[in-house]
Amino acid sequence: MLDAVGRLVPFRARGFAPRDVPWASVATLVGVVLLWQAGASAGLVSTKFLPAPAQIVRALIDLGISGELWLNLSISLQRLAIGWVVGTVAGLALGFAVGLFTLARSPGMAIVSALFPIPKIALVPLFIIWFGIGEGSKVITLAFGVFFPTVINTMAGVDGVSRGLIRMGQSFGLSRAAIICKIVLPGALPAILSGFRITTSTAIILLVAAEMIGAEKGIGAFVLSAGNLYDTDNLLAGIVVLSLLGLAVSWVLGRIERALLSWR
Amino acid sequence: MASSVRLRVEGVHHAYSDLIVLDAISLTAEAGEVLVLVGPSGCGKSTLLGIFGGMLAATSGTVRMDGAVGPDCLNPLTYVFQDFALLPWRSVAGNVSLALEGTRLDKPARNARIAEVLALTGLTKFRDALPKQLSGGMRQRVGIARALAVRPAVLLMDEPLSALDGQTRDLLLDEFASLIARSGVTAIYVTHNLNEAVRLGHQVAVLSRRPGRVREIVRIDRSIMERRPTDPDLVALEASLWRLIREDAAAADREMDHA
Repeated sequence: MLDAVGRLVPFRARGFAPRDVPWASVATLVGVVLLWQAGASAGLVSTKFLPAPAQIVRALIDLGISGELWLNLSISLQRLAIGWVVGTVAGLALGFAVGLFTLARSPGMAIVSALFPIPKIALVPLFIIWFGIGEGSKVITLAFGVFFPTVINTMAGVDGVSRGLIRMGQSFGLSRAAIICKIVLPGALPAILSGFRITTSTAIILLVAAEMIGAEKGIGAFVLSAGNLYDTDNLLAGIVVLSLLGLAVSWVLGRIERALLSWR
Repeated sequence: MASSVRLRVEGVHHAYSDLIVLDAISLTAEAGEVLVLVGPSGCGKSTLLGIFGGMLAATSGTVRMDGAVGPDCLNPLTYVFQDFALLPWRSVAGNVSLALEGTRLDKPARNARIAEVLALTGLTKFRDALPKQLSGGMRQRVGIARALAVRPAVLLMDEPLSALDGQTRDLLLDEFASLIARSGVTAIYVTHNLNEAVRLGHQVAVLSRRPGRVREIVRIDRSIMERRPTDPDLVALEASLWRLIREDAAAADREMDHA
């Protein structure tokens, strides 16, 4: 029998709802750097093997003043830009072709499925043999690495566009080109842009690998050379530059996404 | 001015591989009238609408459009979709504009037509809103505005109210009735809802369960504007339509459960 007052029903749907706390991200990073610096200053961490943050900052300033940083960075950025653009343009072209045309779908997917799993770094020596030790092999390595994820994301994006929207366009008599430009392209854009996040990271990894294998200049070559000389200050300064490069690219992509996908 | 276009399917048979969906269908949407297609789930109503509008090629049979299309008509056979089919990245005006882009209208004429249909559907204040900012009813108004913008000769509506809640559906049904009656457009309207059928239809074609065949055609001659939801003869007609469909609907439901 129920009692007259009744029992309070407890709330049971707590948790499983993680939230972003922006200040906690900053605090964590600052905390790690401070702990690292404190450990190095107290002699708990060997600065020969792991330089203190202050040493890395000093090395970065010196590299900036001497111009070495800008020289290596500009060469790397150039390779990154050319390789990424070439791979992206080719990947978008094949991705759209595979997503839109029966004629391209099976042959395109066969090529992508066969070549995508190959670790691209393993191809660097082959590209050096084919295209020489100069810029060609590095750009092709990057482009090759960027190409496949771009094809896959673009194709997935095109496939993901609601067939209902395409039929709507057809029912209003829109031309094929108009349907591609006004319905398929904007509809596939979220997947394409999310693919760009993957391909820019891949491009930076391949850039460093290619520069380590066959380059005199560039951030990758600089990091390798510093390592060979046990110059850990400059080695880590180079790594910090790469990390900042990744963050900068991610920030730019975030701004582009916000501008182009504000409708979401 | 009422549309003088009639749309007729003759001897339509349609199958997906071995599955026969429609069989021996001959129906005519008369000029300036509304033909409503009702029937149990899976009977091929939407398939038939696709065939009527040239969006689906029937396995056999013909679709013919007779009569003169108006001089300002930009797309004779125009759909209103169940799921609205709005581009989420375009504003209300942008979605209506899509139907007019690439037509013979220049930009000022396009803008004038957009303004006119937005006013007609009560969307003027929302012209810059994105679909995600609108309720279901408002989204379907955009779908209707887009369809009216091309001055269709025949309006093909695939359960346009079924994605809406009951109250919004009742409100929009009244607006539909008024818009259809005023424009005098020829229309084909697919629905599960028999109340919508008797409120809008000049002819209600009852399809049997799969393979869909025309079981009966009920004619309602009263003007759409004079019909009220509580009219005893419409209520009686709705009940008699339900009696026709009920057994098939239950059988179709059991069939789907087993699928």
